[in-house]
Amino acid sequence: MGQQRVVHYINQFFGQIGGEEKGNQTPIIRDGAVGPGLALQKLLEKDATIVATVICGDTYFAENTEAAIDEILQGIKKYEPDFFIAGPAFNAGRYGLACGAICQAVKDNLKIPVITAMYPENPGAELYAKDVLMLKTGNSAVAMKDALSRLSGLALRMINGEELGFPEEEGYIPQGCRVNIWAEKTGAVRAVDMLLKKMKGEAYETELPMPVFDRVNPAPAIDRIQDAVIALVTSGGIVPKGNPDRIESANASKYCKYSIERIDDLTSQEFETVHGGYDPVYALQDPDRVLPLDAMRQLEKEGEIGKLYDYFYTTVGNTTAVSNASRYGEAIGKDLLANGVSGVILTST
Amino acid sequence: MQLEIGKFKITDVQFSDKTSIKNGVLYINKKELGDYLKEDSNIADVDFDLARPGESVRIIPIKDIVQPMYKVKGDGQVFPGFIGGFETVGEGVTHVLEDCAVATCGKIVNFQEGIIDMSGPGAAYNSFSKMNIVVPLIQPIPGLDKHTHEATVRLAGVKTASYLGKASQDLEPDEKEVFTYEGIVEAARLYPNLPRVAYVYMIQCQGLMHDTYVYGLNVKGILSTLISPTEVLDGAIISGNCAAPCHKNATIHHQNNPIILDLLRRHGKELCFAGVILTNESTMLADKKRGAFYSTKLARIIGAEGAVISEEGGGNPETDLMLNCKNLENAGIRTVLVTDEYAGRDGRSQGLADVTKEADAVITNGNGNQLVTLPPMERVIGSIESVAIITGGSSGSLHPDGSITVEIAGIMGSCCEMGYERLTTRLK
Repeated sequence: MGQQRVVHYINQFFGQIGGEEKGNQTPIIRDGAVGPGLALQKLLEKDATIVATVICGDTYFAENTEAAIDEILQGIKKYEPDFFIAGPAFNAGRYGLACGAICQAVKDNLKIPVITAMYPENPGAELYAKDVLMLKTGNSAVAMKDALSRLSGLALRMINGEELGFPEEEGYIPQGCRVNIWAEKTGAVRAVDMLLKKMKGEAYETELPMPVFDRVNPAPAIDRIQDAVIALVTSGGIVPKGNPDRIESANASKYCKYSIERIDDLTSQEFETVHGGYDPVYALQDPDRVLPLDAMRQLEKEGEIGKLYDYFYTTVGNTTAVSNASRYGEAIGKDLLANGVSGVILTST
Repeated sequence: MQLEIGKFKITDVQFSDKTSIKNGVLYINKKELGDYLKEDSNIADVDFDLARPGESVRIIPIKDIVQPMYKVKGDGQVFPGFIGGFETVGEGVTHVLEDCAVATCGKIVNFQEGIIDMSGPGAAYNSFSKMNIVVPLIQPIPGLDKHTHEATVRLAGVKTASYLGKASQDLEPDEKEVFTYEGIVEAARLYPNLPRVAYVYMIQCQGLMHDTYVYGLNVKGILSTLISPTEVLDGAIISGNCAAPCHKNATIHHQNNPIILDLLRRHGKELCFAGVILTNESTMLADKKRGAFYSTKLARIIGAEGAVISEEGGGNPETDLMLNCKNLENAGIRTVLVTDEYAGRDGRSQGLADVTKEADAVITNGNGNQLVTLPPMERVIGSIESVAIITGGSSGSLHPDGSITVEIAGIMGSCCEMGYERLTTRLK
């Protein structure tokens, strides 16, 4: 038997404890392979050994998820696994959720590669497929033989450190990463090919399904603006001269917070822009053009707003990935709330 | 209407005492060319460097790339409004130096110039690494403001390209390609059974050095208009666009617009090329709406049944792209969109800034956020320090051994939204 040590997770049914009535089974850890693990072991034989099998009731896992995960993680550590396999769960919902959750936990805590397998419509797939590699299977155990053969194949390739190909060829559920590859034809020729197919009513496949956006509902209007603390936030890259925190001019890896206490006007001697997506000439001449501090101080003096918050927040919104931008937005929002700010002027460029 | 392109395959570039082309080698009289460029009083000095395919050379920061060409028959001259006068171009015979390009180099905006690697893994990301490149290094007069500096370098680029192209004027090309194009009534009479396809050609003219010039005119603020495909091939559209290097359309992209070339090559065979609709990407929503409604109007006037729409840049231009798509589809004109993505380094973010449900046929030219490490080169043309501030680079980009780690957004034309290259993405 092979060098690599594998732990396998299955539910009470496949662990031959019993059916639905045994769903409350707490985790049991057995040496070696059990149930479908026996067939899996035969397929893995040359390269890997199933050193232990975790059997857990689906109901127990669903109702005591955290406790079950803790118990399993503790229990399998002593086996020093190199690899973790869960399922296949087919279309069993709670089993699928358990396979996803335990794989995620093992991956995050034991830092070893994991794989599970289930029917793509299993709720476990929706919840965990992004982070946990999931082989697509049929919807019932009738598909067991096929599932185990493909599961062992993928597992062996992962164990051998091979990089996996695309979901269509490898049979796993897409994990939502857009990867650059070289096409055979140029984009222009592909575009004309696709248009001619579309016009003739022939089948074609878009290369980029439209992404789905989060929608943010606007906050209600501020009741008494003359009492409100208002903050300035910009994605226009205004920073103290010299860019002390080295915000990148594109795809910024951070946002920063700088004091504007006792400053009434942003001058080109003290502030600049590091944004790489627009002509900086006018912003460099007068940074107020992007972060309108002078105008806000005026409004503050005239009593139009209660107070301008003592700090501004800044980042560069140039080719910046939405995932990063969302993270900065959430963090800035939390900080603003904690500091009693009730309104924000957000300037973009 | 017919344009014959006479192609000269350039296999090497050399400095010499006479500018000429012999056996595929382009010889350049550096002094003569330098004096010609220095006729512009904004240029204090100019030098030239050469880069050839496969050499261990990195050029950075590059503003624009232009292909050398010269008109030997027909009205007007290449790059009308800059080199040629205002006669319309697109007919007659134009000579083009293939596998050869002029890359203007030097700091202007400092953020939006790009990289070409002539060898190594970076060379895979654009076609320019396979070309013989002439690099004018332009030293502006002291105190020249950025906007005039940009205009000076832009003009120097097309002057160099036409000067080099002119060296071919009395020679016989290696290869000829003839593009034929009829007025829409004649085209419909000739090809009644072929699908009528238009090209909606989005260009970025937003002011503040995000501008494009047609016959010398900055077309910021124009209503969408028609232009013939062969005019574009004769250099009627010039880039003045300082946007992210990976997806700004450099002048060479316009001169060789691959969508126009493909539609012309299939015209009369697989499709009837109904026309090119040039439309601007403004920063203002009202302009975006006006432009997109008018593009659709023009598409209906010329009787298009389908349209390829290409984008330039990213972010707010996605709204123009989606409005053009939505309006055309609502008018019963089928569309394919050509774009690229900023999906994050892990490829997991939404890669577009705007969407519409009608956009069900989209070509992507890659994810600009992909991080690559490019090995050191023996020679750098320009200044390697610029990598710290160009789009795609950062203060940690340059490593002590001269290798650089950048997002491919910094590589010239890597995700060109005209579909000039072969890069695309797949879901993993």
